[in-house]
Amino acid sequence: MENQSLYRRYLPIVLWAAGILGVYFLLQALIAPFSEGITLTLSIFLSRLSQIGSFLFSILAGLALIEIYCYQFFFRQPKSRTKTIITRTIQGFIALVILLGIISFFETTDLIRLGTGFVASILRSPVTVFNAIRDFIYQNGIAYEENTGLIAGIFVGVLLLGLLAIIQFLSSPKISRNGLPYLLVLPAFLGILFLIIYPFLFEIRLAFSNASLGTQATKNASYGLIYGWQNLVTLFTGNVAKDAKFVDVFLRTILWTLINVTFHIAGGMGLALLLNRPMKLQGFYRTLLVFPWAIPTTIAAMALRNEFDNRYGLFNILLSDLQTWLTSLGQHTASLVGIGNMFAFLGQHIGPVSWKQDPFWAFVSICISNIWLGIPFMSVIILGGLQSISQEYYEAAEIDGASKFAQWRFITIPLIRPVLTPAIVLGVVWTFNKFDVIWLITQGGPQEKTDILVSSMYKAAFQFYRYGFTAMFALVIFIFLLLFTLMFLRMSGGLKSATD
Amino acid sequence: MITMTKSAKGPSRNPIARLFRWFFYRGHGDSPFKRLLIHITLIIACVIAVYPVLRVVTISLRPNDTLLTTSLRIIPENATLDNYKKVLFGDAAEHRKSDFFLWIVNSFSVVLVTSVISVILAAVSAYAFSRFKFRGRAVGLVFLLTTQMIPAGMLLLPIFIMLAKLKMINSVLGLIIAYAVTSVPLTIWTLKGYYDTIPVDLEEAALIDGASRLTVFTNIILPLSTPALAIAFLFSFMGGWSEYLVARVVLQKNELFTWPLGIFTFAQDFTVSWGQFAAASVMIAIPVMVLFLYSSKWLISGLTLGSVKG
Repeated sequence: MENQSLYRRYLPIVLWAAGILGVYFLLQALIAPFSEGITLTLSIFLSRLSQIGSFLFSILAGLALIEIYCYQFFFRQPKSRTKTIITRTIQGFIALVILLGIISFFETTDLIRLGTGFVASILRSPVTVFNAIRDFIYQNGIAYEENTGLIAGIFVGVLLLGLLAIIQFLSSPKISRNGLPYLLVLPAFLGILFLIIYPFLFEIRLAFSNASLGTQATKNASYGLIYGWQNLVTLFTGNVAKDAKFVDVFLRTILWTLINVTFHIAGGMGLALLLNRPMKLQGFYRTLLVFPWAIPTTIAAMALRNEFDNRYGLFNILLSDLQTWLTSLGQHTASLVGIGNMFAFLGQHIGPVSWKQDPFWAFVSICISNIWLGIPFMSVIILGGLQSISQEYYEAAEIDGASKFAQWRFITIPLIRPVLTPAIVLGVVWTFNKFDVIWLITQGGPQEKTDILVSSMYKAAFQFYRYGFTAMFALVIFIFLLLFTLMFLRMSGGLKSATD
Repeated sequence: MITMTKSAKGPSRNPIARLFRWFFYRGHGDSPFKRLLIHITLIIACVIAVYPVLRVVTISLRPNDTLLTTSLRIIPENATLDNYKKVLFGDAAEHRKSDFFLWIVNSFSVVLVTSVISVILAAVSAYAFSRFKFRGRAVGLVFLLTTQMIPAGMLLLPIFIMLAKLKMINSVLGLIIAYAVTSVPLTIWTLKGYYDTIPVDLEEAALIDGASRLTVFTNIILPLSTPALAIAFLFSFMGGWSEYLVARVVLQKNELFTWPLGIFTFAQDFTVSWGQFAAASVMIAIPVMVLFLYSSKWLISGLTLGSVKG
C-alpha cells in the first residue's frame, strides 16, 4: 500500500521531467542546425526570464507587505500603553512614507506639479532617499546597472518588513469580523486603483488641457477649463481624426453596432436553436462552428483582409465565378424570354467589387468579417441558456396546442432572458469599442470612411498626437456608453440578481 | 401510443408512398425532411466557419511562384513547406534571420505574467465578494462591471503617457500593466460566479471543526475551483495572446515585438511574404485552437456562470 502510493506520487513528476527533457533534446536536435538563422539566443531568453521574474516578484512582494501592514491594523492589538505609542508611531511613519511615495508617483507621471519649493522637496523625500540608495548600490558595484532598482527595492522592503516585525512582536492577536474580506479584496482593489481609477483621473485632467506633440505630451501643456471647452468644440464641429466629422463617425458607429449585434444575435440564436436538439454529429458541428472564435482575432482579421483583395481574394474570386456562371446561364437560356434576360441582367450587375477603394464595400467587408468572428460566441452563450430550459415546458405547451413560434416567443425567449440581457449589453459595448478588426482590415480607410468613434480616437492619439483632444473624445464616448448601459439595465431590470 | 400506430401500419412497400410519408411526416419529433434540412443548414454554416481558416493553411502551402492564383483548391498544386522553413529558420538566400521564436517568447512572457497576476488577485478577492457581506460589496461589483464600459482605447492614452513618464515604453513590463487593466475585473466576475455555486455547508463544517478561514480557502475552495481557475487563466491568456493595438503603441522596438506585431510585418501586402504570414499564422493558431476547442466546454460554463448567473 505504502509502496503503491509512493509510486503514484512520484511517477507523474518523473514523467513530466522526462517529457520536458525529451522536448528539450528534440528542440535541440531540430533547431540547432538552423540556429544561425534565428535571432533568439539563450542570453536573450534568460534576460527576458529574469526581467519578468523580478517584476512578478516585486509586485507580489509589495502586495504582501501592504497586506501584512493592513493585517496588523485589523488583527493585532498592542499589549501595553508604551507599546501602543511605539506601534502607532511606526504605523504612522509607514503610512506617511507610502503617502509621500504616491505623491511623488503623481509627480513623476505629471498628474500634479510640485514645483521647487521647500515643501516640494519634503514631499519628494522618499524618492530622493530611494535614488540615493540606488546610487550607493551602483557605485559600490553591488549590482549591475539594470538591477540596482530591484536590489534597492529589496533593501527597502526588508527594512519595512523589520518595522512590521517589531509591531508584530509588540502586539497580541485580536478578533475582527470585517477584517478578512477587506484584506482579501485589497490587492485587486489596489490594482484597479492603479490601473483604472488613476488613468481615468489622468484622462479627465488631460481632457482639460492642450497637450499634444507640440507641448511634448504633458511636459509643457497648460491646463484649464477653457482648453476643455476648446476640445469639446473641436470635437463636435471640427475634424475628428483628419477630415472626418463627429456626426458622420458617430452615425457610422451606431450603424456598425446595430448591424453587428443584430447579426450576432440572429445568427447565434439560429445556430443555437438548430443545435439544441438530440441529433447525430452534434459535437462535430459544434466543434467546427466555434472555429472563428477559436482562431486568434489578429490572424483571422489579417487573413480576411487579404481575402478582400481585388484580384486574388476569396470574395472576388467567388463573385467573378458567379458572374461567369450567370452570364453563361443567360446565354444558354437566351431562348426563354424573361429567364434568359434575368440571368443576363444579374450577370451584368453581380461581379467583383472593389472592397478596398469603395467606401461602401469597405464598410461591408469589415461588417462581414466582424459578423463572421462574433457569431460563434453568441451561439455558444445562447445554446448554454437553451440547454438549461427544462423540456417539460415545451411538452406542456405542445399539449395545449401552442405553435412552434409561440413556444419560442413565450417559453424560450423569457427563459433565456437572464442569459441574453447581459450578452446583449456586453455585445453592444464590446462591438462599439471593438476596432481591431477595422484597424487590421481597412485601417479606417478609404478616406476614413470606415472609421468608428474608437478608431478615430486611436488615430487622433497615436497618429496625430492630439492628446488633450483625444482625452475629451474618450470621455464623451464613455458617457454615451454609460448612459446606454444604465438605460438598458433599467429597462430590462437586468443585473439585479447578479449583485445580491 | 405512437409506436403502436406505427407498428400497426407497418413499413409501406410503395416507394412513392414512402417518399410521400417521409416528406409529410406527422409523427413525434422532427420529420426526416426537417432533419435533412437542419443538417444541410449546419453543414453550410460549418463550411462558412471553416473555409476561410482552411484558406490560410492552403496559402501557407503554396510555392512562392504560384502564390498569386485564383484557384480555390484546398491543397494547392506543388504543395511545399518552404514558407514554414523560412518563417522558422530565416531565409539564407536573402540573409534574413527569423524573429519567430523571439516573438513567441515575448508574447508568452507578457501574457503569462498578466494571467498569473490577474488570476491570483481575482481568486482572492472573488472569494470575499462571494462569501462575505461587507460594506461596499454591491458598489464594488457594479463598479467592476462598469470598467467593462470603458473603451479599450480610452485608458490607453493615459496609460501610454504614464508608462512613458515611468520609462516603461518599449518594455514588456509596460505591456503587462496595460493588459492587466482589462483582465482583472472580468476574472473577478468569472470566479465569483463559480464560488457562488460551491455549497457554503462545506466551509461551515470545516469552520466548526476549528479550521481558520485561510485554511478553508486554501484547502477547500481553491481545490474545488481548479476548473474555474483554469478557465480564468485561459481567458486572460487568450485575451492578451492575440492583442495587437495596445502592443503596437507600447512596443516599438523590433526585438520586443509580440507575435501579432511580428506577423503584421509579413502581412503588409499581397506580396511574397503573404505565404510566410500564413505559415506563421498556422503555427501560432494550431496550438491555441487545439487548447481552445479542447477546453471550450469548460470555457462555456465559465462564461455563463461568471457573466450571467452572477
